[in-house]
Amino acid sequence: MDMNFTPEEIAFRDEVRGFLKDRLPEALAAKVKGGKRLLKADYELWHARLNERGWLAWHWPVEHGGTGWTPIEKHIFEEECVAAGAPRVVPFGLNMLGPVLIRFGSDEQRGHYLPRILNGDDWWCQGYSEPGSGSDLASLKTKAVRDGDHYVVNGQKTWTTLGHFADWIFCLVRTDSECKPQQGISFLLIDMKTPGITVRPIVTLDGEHEVNEVFFEDVRVPVGNLVGEENKGWTYAKYLLTYERTGIAGVAFAKSGLAHLKQVASRQKKGRKPLAQDPLFASRVAQVEIDLMAMETFNLRTVSAAQHGGVPGVESSMLKIKGTEIRQEITDLLRRALGPYAAPFVPESLDEGYNEPPIGPDYANPAASQYFNMRKVSIYGGSNEIQKNIVAKMMLGL
Amino acid sequence: MDFNLSDDRRMLKESLSRFLQDRYGFETRNEIAGSEQGFSRELWAQMAELGLIGAMLPEEVGGFGGEGFDVMTVMEELGRAIVVEPVLPTAILGAGILADAGSETQKALLETVISGELLLAFAHGEPESRYSLSEVTCRAEQTDGEWILDGQKAVVLNGDTADKIIVSARTAGGDDDEDGITLFLIEADAKGVSRRGYATVDGGRAAEITLEDVALGAEAVIGEAGKAFPVIERTVGRAILAVCAEALGAMDAAKDMTLEFLQTRKQFGVPLGKFQVLQHRMVEMCLEIEQARSATILAAGRMKEDRAAREAALSAAKNLVGRTARLVAEESIQMHGGIGMTWEYALPHFAKRLTMIDHLFGDADHHLERFTALSQAS
Repeated sequence: MDMNFTPEEIAFRDEVRGFLKDRLPEALAAKVKGGKRLLKADYELWHARLNERGWLAWHWPVEHGGTGWTPIEKHIFEEECVAAGAPRVVPFGLNMLGPVLIRFGSDEQRGHYLPRILNGDDWWCQGYSEPGSGSDLASLKTKAVRDGDHYVVNGQKTWTTLGHFADWIFCLVRTDSECKPQQGISFLLIDMKTPGITVRPIVTLDGEHEVNEVFFEDVRVPVGNLVGEENKGWTYAKYLLTYERTGIAGVAFAKSGLAHLKQVASRQKKGRKPLAQDPLFASRVAQVEIDLMAMETFNLRTVSAAQHGGVPGVESSMLKIKGTEIRQEITDLLRRALGPYAAPFVPESLDEGYNEPPIGPDYANPAASQYFNMRKVSIYGGSNEIQKNIVAKMMLGL
Repeated sequence: MDFNLSDDRRMLKESLSRFLQDRYGFETRNEIAGSEQGFSRELWAQMAELGLIGAMLPEEVGGFGGEGFDVMTVMEELGRAIVVEPVLPTAILGAGILADAGSETQKALLETVISGELLLAFAHGEPESRYSLSEVTCRAEQTDGEWILDGQKAVVLNGDTADKIIVSARTAGGDDDEDGITLFLIEADAKGVSRRGYATVDGGRAAEITLEDVALGAEAVIGEAGKAFPVIERTVGRAILAVCAEALGAMDAAKDMTLEFLQTRKQFGVPLGKFQVLQHRMVEMCLEIEQARSATILAAGRMKEDRAAREAALSAAKNLVGRTARLVAEESIQMHGGIGMTWEYALPHFAKRLTMIDHLFGDADHHLERFTALSQAS
């Protein structure tokens, strides 16, 4: 039993901290920490800074431009980035498509797409979910029919995160309807500029536009854009879903959320005393802090097992469930900490350059919206109920 | 970073596990628990021979362990068999205090503790002190070089069978001051000591102890007079770690029994485990057990750190284990249905032990409050 980082790992952490201090612009970190809206250019700037250092694709193998970091180094990097207020790395090209191309793509596809992902030439989005396929992803209906050197794609994708910024979309499409649903799915790369594609925004309950619907009407896709073999897409999709889940618990996000909550609770008043000293509220905060301390150790146990050659299995599902519960609880407490000032809805205050005085405390405005937004984490990426099904089957044999 | 057990600890765990499987089946355990003494001298001697007591103590006093992860390894195994032998009062509490603060003569007693001959108890709690460690009203007055003790001690674990008892008494200060508490080592049959032993609902034994003009020499004092609070807090901290680990073993066992039941018991023509509502409840139990295990590992790893870090981790673990133990106890009885309500079946005895662990050294609420106070102070 040794719960400490090695001197090399501590040196690595210091190197990451030094890099973040030098290269993460303060104004950008302040936007992230203040819950402000990020522009496409903010993400692009951060990607470029990471890429300059060779750290953008930290999950990839070295020969494709990755870092070759150990699971613990990846964990340290992710924690430090969140703690410093770095924007998240947009995962679609880097953490999702990249590993699939590296494992299943052709040499030509790897040679063409991977450098473009690293250089920020292509912004990718994900075409998985459909209006009729939520947690039951294999029931997807978007169809691709072979016509000479092309597939002709018809159908609709939804919940396409940042699809309005995207140049390309990787899609799961049905190429065979005469077999078990999982066996007739293929993995296609589609240029968003192809005629027949329409992107429509979905405004979520917090009033924000982050996700979209994408419609395909007789969209012609060259057969060279098929990844791997036809009808094997489900295998690739599953690989993508299980790839690199060291960050799935969201420990660092939860820790920075908790620190923010404590700060807010020390500034809010109840009975003319800081809310943080109210026994009932303080024990609600303590409860979630205890759960988070335990989850951090649980997460480290999983990371450390991966470091020693283990493959995280059901632990990922368990961490996803617990991690999302904790993050939801923290945003719930933050909203409640604000009392009546959780109510004002001034979405324009989240934009850069908004100069009006805040209504109530300056930290109040994003809180309720973030609480509502955070409902998504137990739904996406395989809802928590699906994760429970997975654990019941894999670990318990039920 | 490595969360695997060292070879020594793994070997101890395996030999203990084999021993308990061979010699400590559920029926044997219940028979022992129902006996007059509430434990088996014979099995206690064998456990001592296996090194169970020595593993709880550091080398300086003749043991071969004593670190947080030693305590955790042993207690987790004991929890899997809900062992009723007096490990907690003798090896953790009594021996822990002597090893921490005892004089050379007092420490010399540890040899007979490690060999399984000498049984100890720690009489600290009082009828009205609940879980407070500093509320001590039992008084010790010094006259003519002698200490005279008077007071009442409540729910003293194995207090009726111990050979020697460590008693806390107030020698200065107000009733709940941390300062002014002194520990005394007394013979269980000393003049003026009366003990009323009884069974506890989880299969153990405890006693109410009355001290009436108990006269003690200066050699009975453990450590410095009036300065016992830090010793008590450290020792109870180790006991908290111990019962958290014990609960992990018992929760694992209860979970395994429930899982097997869901896989084999049929209703409506299918195994119960086919029902999603039960699957999800099983998964929630497993997930919370992993959380409780993680909190306990964190506490074990922080045993050598400064007070604030150590005690916060201990209170966090005890809170989480308390909540989880209740969940596991209640859920496994519910998922078993009627059979889970019967004395002859093993599961409910695990559920009872799990529930009563929350009543030892502070329950989930107590430790939530304490954790809050510790983090506000830091």
